[in-house]
Amino acid sequence: MAAAMPLALLVLLLLGPGGWCLAEPPRDSLREELVITPLPSGDVAATFQFRTRWDSELQREGVWINLGRSSVMSSQGSSAPLSTSSTPPTQSLPLPPSNPWVWPMTLTTTFCAMLCCRGRWSAPKTSPPGRSSCPVVPRASLISFHLLQAGLSVLLKADRLFHTSYHSQAVHIRPVCRNARCTSISWELRQTLSVVFDAFITGQGKKDWSLFRMFSRTLTEPCPLASESRVYVDITTYNQDNETLEVHPPPTTTYQDVILGTRKTYAIYDLLDTAMINNSRNLNIQLKWKRPPENEAPPVPFLHAQRYVSGYGLQKGELSTLLYNTHPYRAFPVLLLDTVPWYLRLYVHTLTITSKGKENKPSYIHYQPAQDRLQPHLLEMLIQLPANSVTKVSIQFERALLKWTEYTPDPNHGFYVSPSVLSALVPSMVAAKPVDWEESPLFNSLFPVSDGSNYFVRLYTEPLLVNLPTPDFSMPYNVICLTCTVVAVCYGSFYNLLTRTFHIEEPRTGGLAKRLANLIRRARGVPPL
Amino acid sequence: MAAPLVLVLVVAVTVRAALFRSSLAEFISERVEVVSPLSSWKRVVEGLSLLDLGVSPYSGAVFHETPLIIYLFHFLIDYAELVFMITDALTAIALYFAIQDFNKVVFKKQKLLLELDQYAPDVAELIRTPMEMRYIPLKVALFYLLNPYTILSCVAKSTCAINNTLIAFFILTTIKGSAFLSAIFLALATYQSLYPLTLFVPGLLYLLQTRHINPNSAAAVHTCENEEQSLLDLFLGVCHDVCGKPSGNHLPLLLPSQLLGFHPRSLWLYINVFFYTIPLAIKLKEHPIFFMFIQIAVIAIFKSYPTVGDVALYMAFFPVWNHLYRFLRNIFVLTCIIIVCSLLFPVLWHLWIYAGSANSNFFYAITLTFNVGQILLISDYFYAFLRREYYLTHGLYLTAKDGTEAMLVLK
Repeated sequence: MAAAMPLALLVLLLLGPGGWCLAEPPRDSLREELVITPLPSGDVAATFQFRTRWDSELQREGVWINLGRSSVMSSQGSSAPLSTSSTPPTQSLPLPPSNPWVWPMTLTTTFCAMLCCRGRWSAPKTSPPGRSSCPVVPRASLISFHLLQAGLSVLLKADRLFHTSYHSQAVHIRPVCRNARCTSISWELRQTLSVVFDAFITGQGKKDWSLFRMFSRTLTEPCPLASESRVYVDITTYNQDNETLEVHPPPTTTYQDVILGTRKTYAIYDLLDTAMINNSRNLNIQLKWKRPPENEAPPVPFLHAQRYVSGYGLQKGELSTLLYNTHPYRAFPVLLLDTVPWYLRLYVHTLTITSKGKENKPSYIHYQPAQDRLQPHLLEMLIQLPANSVTKVSIQFERALLKWTEYTPDPNHGFYVSPSVLSALVPSMVAAKPVDWEESPLFNSLFPVSDGSNYFVRLYTEPLLVNLPTPDFSMPYNVICLTCTVVAVCYGSFYNLLTRTFHIEEPRTGGLAKRLANLIRRARGVPPL
Repeated sequence: MAAPLVLVLVVAVTVRAALFRSSLAEFISERVEVVSPLSSWKRVVEGLSLLDLGVSPYSGAVFHETPLIIYLFHFLIDYAELVFMITDALTAIALYFAIQDFNKVVFKKQKLLLELDQYAPDVAELIRTPMEMRYIPLKVALFYLLNPYTILSCVAKSTCAINNTLIAFFILTTIKGSAFLSAIFLALATYQSLYPLTLFVPGLLYLLQTRHINPNSAAAVHTCENEEQSLLDLFLGVCHDVCGKPSGNHLPLLLPSQLLGFHPRSLWLYINVFFYTIPLAIKLKEHPIFFMFIQIAVIAIFKSYPTVGDVALYMAFFPVWNHLYRFLRNIFVLTCIIIVCSLLFPVLWHLWIYAGSANSNFFYAITLTFNVGQILLISDYFYAFLRREYYLTHGLYLTAKDGTEAMLVLK
């Protein structure tokens, strides 16, 4: 069945070496980790990350990694790692490391998937971007997970995941250096899944959470293939005083680091630590708030963005992205990648970028116009954001008429536009120490930066919903009938005029009706016609 | 005759300049009845800015103009309004001189046929006199310049106006008798949109007749045809070398014709443009200019993205056939149809796209009605033309066998 295709990947990934066939017997390692971050509003964000590293010498130009029935195509060469991600149609809350800040909006629960399956790859028809290398798709169809019940993937139960208020999945494939001198290359595959659980649904009004409440499963045993299997819980507020919250079971070790410019503390639960699992047959991490947390506003990040469509009517509109730089004195550049579907025809001569009321010219623009039904528009710009400012990027578009078979079953719902992707190196207030590839947790090494004075951030704006002019769906019948009629009228008139000539009409002498009428008239005594 | 023409030109330019300066200019330039994806000014600007960005304008699906338009407007982009006003003026001047010469030809031919006794005795009131034909060229220029459709097209800066200019110059050079120049203008017009190719046939017929060659002589036809064809090929070849890309225009066969509905297989509709050329050539071989008029009208009705600019071109010719007025049967109804449909276009578009209350069926219906109106108008003029020809050769006051007034029917 269709859902079996993508599941095959994860199944085989966790099953064993029988699934893939490479040139040499693979030496690889699997690390898995789960990071749980309570958010200031009381919701809980959980990010799963699975990292597989192949130590074989694979070709530089790209390699087919055959994992059973579905395959994953890696990127071209060592200079262009491939990563794709999908973000949901709406999202609501600030998130742990992979998605630092997202503007709040209304809630829906739609599961977006772009996970490493070849069929899925070609469907959204994204175009290879220039520098950001990060195509995104909004709102793909549902994929259900049926995974091996081992390690952290035991928590990925589909029905609980569908009840979350935010989902995001990503796949990253890239070459990594095996040692400091980079004499040999390994390939790394990272799969991440971020979910945000709504406090009211999971906690029944209270802000306490536990693994069982969120996922309806607990951790029982580590994955036999994994070299590392850990759960990190963000307990930054814990350290201020011991009266705010309580984590059960109490962690044996903690990890402290500067993540995204702020110092954070994590409690570590290592599933491979036999002492952890042996105490009870399962591990159910719980957090209880001793004192209700103050509802303070979360600190505003240095970079956040917002996007909207303006205009009225179904003929045209304007797409605007607002980029906020709240750093008090530092300006930094941002790489903005926009993928707009072909049926919104962008007019790049209407592109305007203004900061603080003045025009801001981007240092680099790459624009690839769309081909109808083949590829979307690709607009990539490097914009310098002045300190403490709002930059508005706006572009006008025209809405196209689709062929009547291209409309979805509910065309008045609208069509989705992928989020824009912003990549930036944000200056950090607190210096971070450099990342050690093998020792650091996975969430720290996903986007490593060489110096600690800034941190890399990849932001996704909201996906948008735009309406297209919809024909009436009875139109094919009407059009065929009436257009044929019009053409027949034209053809008939022209045929008459072209093939016939004028003749004097002879008066008709006979005629049955006339003779009958004359008969009656003679009977009445009236003169005949 | 120059002074009234200059006056008409001044009035036309004033009206256009006033509209350019008003707030209506932007509103008009987005109307779907006035501009099409093939002739929109916004897309020309977009193509030029794509070129500035270093991207080929043809790599997307937005720009459908020819490279010659890029070259033309690369330097003249700041004077675009002036360019379009000048093109309209040039079209009117070309039509003026063309019709002036055509009237002379008509009069000469009429005189010849009268001397040869080809006409029936009682058709004196159908014979045209130079006095009545004196003001026709001015009326043609007036009809073109002050036609609301032309003014809207010009204010919207639709490139259809440039196509009209090229076709008008083609007509002028054909009537003047210069085969080389008419081939050049026809090649330019065909280069921009494929449909003027059908005007090759009436142009050829006219040139053959003015050179007093019997058009039935196959050899003569072939030599002239070869001459024109080779000129066409030469020109297209030159364009290809100069511009690098033979034509930016590709008939958008798969895009739904906005005015004729959403039918995906509209290919057969485009065939209609080319389909009537040969039958019309057979029937109207003695009257190539009338044939050209009918062919231009057929192009305006059946082309893939028709706009009001195409309609304006053949409407300019109505004063040339005003002697047919007495034989037109439905002129009142058809005028009402055209006017009412023109008024309803923006209303129904607004209701569908902006108000969301009507649906596309309404707009589609009104475009169909407009097309029906145009078709009936053209066939009415055709009927009147043929009827007048019949009367000229058979006499105006026809009687039937029993002495009563005769009825003429097409059989």
